[in-house]
Amino acid sequence: MKAIVTVIGKDRVGIIAEVCSLLAELNVNINDINQTVMQNDFFTMVMLADVSQSSVSFGEISEKLSKKGEEMGLSIKIQLEDIFNAMHRI
Amino acid sequence: MINISDIMQTNDMIDSQHLDIRTITMGISLRDCCDPDINKCCKKIYDKIVSYAQNLVSVAQEIELELGIPIVNKRISVTPVSIIAESCETDDYVPIAKALDEAAKKCGVNFIGGFSALVHKGYTKGDRNLIVSIPEALRQTERVCASVNVASTKSGINMDAVRQMGEIIKETAELTKDSDGIGCAKLVVFANAVEDNPFMAGAFHGVGEAECVVNVGVSGPGVVYHALQSVKNESFDVVAETIKKTAFRITRMGQIVAQEASKRLGVQFGIVDLSLAPTPAKGDSVARILEEIGLEHCGTHGTTAALAMLNDAVKKGGVMASSHVGGLSGAFIPVSEDEGMIESVRTGALSIDKLEAMTCVCSVGLDMIAVPGDTSAATISAIIADECAIGVVNTKTTAVRVIPACGKKVGDEVEYGGLLGSAPVMPVNGYSSEVFVSRGGRIPAPMHSLKN
Repeated sequence: MKAIVTVIGKDRVGIIAEVCSLLAELNVNINDINQTVMQNDFFTMVMLADVSQSSVSFGEISEKLSKKGEEMGLSIKIQLEDIFNAMHRI
Repeated sequence: MINISDIMQTNDMIDSQHLDIRTITMGISLRDCCDPDINKCCKKIYDKIVSYAQNLVSVAQEIELELGIPIVNKRISVTPVSIIAESCETDDYVPIAKALDEAAKKCGVNFIGGFSALVHKGYTKGDRNLIVSIPEALRQTERVCASVNVASTKSGINMDAVRQMGEIIKETAELTKDSDGIGCAKLVVFANAVEDNPFMAGAFHGVGEAECVVNVGVSGPGVVYHALQSVKNESFDVVAETIKKTAFRITRMGQIVAQEASKRLGVQFGIVDLSLAPTPAKGDSVARILEEIGLEHCGTHGTTAALAMLNDAVKKGGVMASSHVGGLSGAFIPVSEDEGMIESVRTGALSIDKLEAMTCVCSVGLDMIAVPGDTSAATISAIIADECAIGVVNTKTTAVRVIPACGKKVGDEVEYGGLLGSAPVMPVNGYSSEVFVSRGGRIPAPMHSLKN
């Protein structure tokens, strides 16, 4: 099961490290990362992750990520890849 | 991997442009629930609905979480109750409405549709009993929605039913006057009603439908509005193209949700309804789209043309995005549920006559309109007859959901809150239609109904 993790917010040191460590703890494998910092220090990261081997349920991953986001002052979301495929690919 | 800007665009639509799945509606056939004993009939109905729909809400929530798209409503539609209750040895069908209400509460859905009768050509015994039970049924229940189909292109307009529905609407308003006539917000009079409509209050599970299906209604006026902001001052060709592309994306979302729901519930996928359904929330209004196209206020000259273009572009964009399109599929213009419409009525830009013209070119009809409490039953019937004529002649679905606001006059407001919103009381034509309505009988089907 492939999912897209999006991280948005103000740039700072260690965002990637913290998000990736959390995903590693949950045994979520990262397949691809696309990250950029736009003007005004606006951090955007999109990751393609494989959640099928995860130690916890999808709901729990989602909850942990958004909690982590709150702690770091960022918005972190996880959604199944299917929704983006449906919307942007024919 | 998918393009980062596509991902951001999707999430932006969800987070700031009110993109959501408006409803997942499970249609359930009750045709095997008939029984001469109404109590047994009620039990069969309750048990069947609960056994089929018990997981509806949890599955919808699961999809919501995994795809990250809000699914606003989970609902149920059932076979028109007049058909099921006809075998009961009683003429009061209110207990069945109560059973539906209980089942809806048990399953956690906010509305259940199908307290309905189809009388476009004439009444059966069950139809008569059902229709007279409507006011009391809507008073005694919270989540039940009723609808009556009084006309069709194939059979013409049943003017006896049109006359009766004017009276039923008045009676329903009177019985629920303590809550601003909310009963009338759950009662729709149709011409050419469709069997697979997922939207309330007019949803029912048609007799040609399967045992159990899942229908999905998408939404997205906010997304269309936002897309149009990037094509200011462009020609209509560009505007129509932009709407089409947006509608395609919105509908793809509906399609994937419908497929997932159908798979997880183990129920046949019915249709995706391509409607632009507004909510009272700011930024989720069909009227604002029309204004973005270039009208100072919704309701001014040009509104009908803008709406026709919008409606057509939504369908063209959506039709390729879904394997089965159905339901009402078009732009909705419910006054109380659309922040821009409410403002247009308040400013005097939008009248009931203009709304009638708008119903010629878009989905459904005179929807969620509050009229003065002293409006006569005959006038309401005549409003219904006009809408039916538009539906019958144009081979489209039209409907009337008006609320006579007891004790209120033009300028006052009725307030429901939530998705039903609030409605300024609109003036109706003060001249009488009494003699017209009292003729009764049937207005024959139009020439083009003879297509064979």
